[in-house]
Amino acid sequence: MDSFLLRALIAGLGLALLAGPLGSFVVWRRMAYFGDTLAHSALLGVALAFLLHLDLNLGVVAVCLLLAVAVVVLRATQRLADDTLLGILSHSALSLGLVALAFVQGLRVDLMAYLFGDILAVSDADLVWIFGGGALVLALLASIWRPLLLVTLNEELARAEGVPMIRTQLLFMISMAIVIAVAMKIVGVLLVTSLLIIPAATARAFSRTPEQMAGRAAAVGALAVLLGLAASFAWDLPSGPAIVVAAALQFLGVAAVRPLLGRRSRRPP
Amino acid sequence: MLLGQRNSEATTPSALPLLSARGLRYSSERRQLLNGIDIDLGRGELLTLVGPNGAGKSTLVKILCGVLRPEAGTIERQPGLRSGYVPQRFQIDDNLPLTVRRFLRLQLSPTAGRLDEVVAATRIGHLLERPLQALSGGENRRVLLARALLRDPDLLFLDEPAAGLDVNGQAELYELIQTVRRQWGCGILVVSHDLHLVMAASDEVICLSDGRISCRGEPASVREHPEYRALFGHHVAPGIGVYTHGGHRH
Repeated sequence: MDSFLLRALIAGLGLALLAGPLGSFVVWRRMAYFGDTLAHSALLGVALAFLLHLDLNLGVVAVCLLLAVAVVVLRATQRLADDTLLGILSHSALSLGLVALAFVQGLRVDLMAYLFGDILAVSDADLVWIFGGGALVLALLASIWRPLLLVTLNEELARAEGVPMIRTQLLFMISMAIVIAVAMKIVGVLLVTSLLIIPAATARAFSRTPEQMAGRAAAVGALAVLLGLAASFAWDLPSGPAIVVAAALQFLGVAAVRPLLGRRSRRPP
Repeated sequence: MLLGQRNSEATTPSALPLLSARGLRYSSERRQLLNGIDIDLGRGELLTLVGPNGAGKSTLVKILCGVLRPEAGTIERQPGLRSGYVPQRFQIDDNLPLTVRRFLRLQLSPTAGRLDEVVAATRIGHLLERPLQALSGGENRRVLLARALLRDPDLLFLDEPAAGLDVNGQAELYELIQTVRRQWGCGILVVSHDLHLVMAASDEVICLSDGRISCRGEPASVREHPEYRALFGHHVAPGIGVYTHGGHRH
């Protein structure tokens, strides 16, 4: 196997492993659009990192975190519907990133690679980031898993029971920012959230506990990476979109057979 | 005995309140929600908070149990105080697969015996393996109460615990609250807007209207209060206005 393909495979599988548990929380907390907004700001991080001669990944993480703070502050101070607020931030951040990149002197960036990912260009340094950052994210998530579940169930209950809210939510945001920085390489800023939410939504149909859903989402995501990369290699398709299409087909497949498996939960009339 | 006795002095309210709030004020962006609220809650005391919708009952409970921070005023709690809270709304995203059993153990580590005891008292044994989303309104209330009890609380804050329960279920719930109070010596604050079931056993009834305490006192006396009558008078039919402990048979 060519080494670039092997690196692509390792990178993709590493990302799927992270996206499973994190994406489950994104689904439970109904943060899909929020994740999208953070991801769209990643391009601005890239531009700033170029300007300031910083590591690109660090730039992305920093800008994602800044944007997360901005969302929290604006939510508290503005009387706007959430989707309006996120819509404003999301597209402003993306456009600002594109504009800022145009300002960087003498820089020829492959914009398509940032927007839709270029997993076949993953370097050894990127792999270090994926697995180093990935290990950090999994450790962070493990440390806040149960309090975060309680916050997700009911914020007021969590507050009354003394869950450290700011710490828990901050660590979650940091995890999300790191995963976005990692995922940008692979599926690009426009498709990052798809890898978070589609495998998690697929796994929901056959999971009975939160941990099951997180684990199975990781497995489903890994399979999507395998299938997408294989298709990309066989038919010369763009790899990021091919992975997302594979994930979407899995979701549709499971949705189609689920009625045959019986209903997953009883509901009172 | 239904629930283990934790404190031998449980049945006699102590002189020093567990929680003492003075001059609480709170407002949202648009209007003042609470002003000049003083409340004491002692061991073994049962306090009922009544008032029309929008009077600020839920806000007050959230402030007392630490969910919201008051704008002004002080809350003194005895050191090491633990409280249990049953929020008024508890809806869970359909996509989070969680059984009742898991919910009761999340961030809590009750012993098996303790779990059995609370599950039996709240009568939720048959619900343990169900997804949280598959509970009826009344079952939902009982599960939340069970979680609050599993925290071994000194104070219990119950925001409309009887919502969604039928008449028998409500009577049963009030029996349970009485048991908890007697045998554990919890201080309990119950929010209710169902005036037919204000408990006769309450040590104090506090009427809240427009963010102020309009009247307070023992259940029997407060019913005669002009403010209370002005607020709810036309709903209070003689004989059913107060749920009297002991009228219910199992």
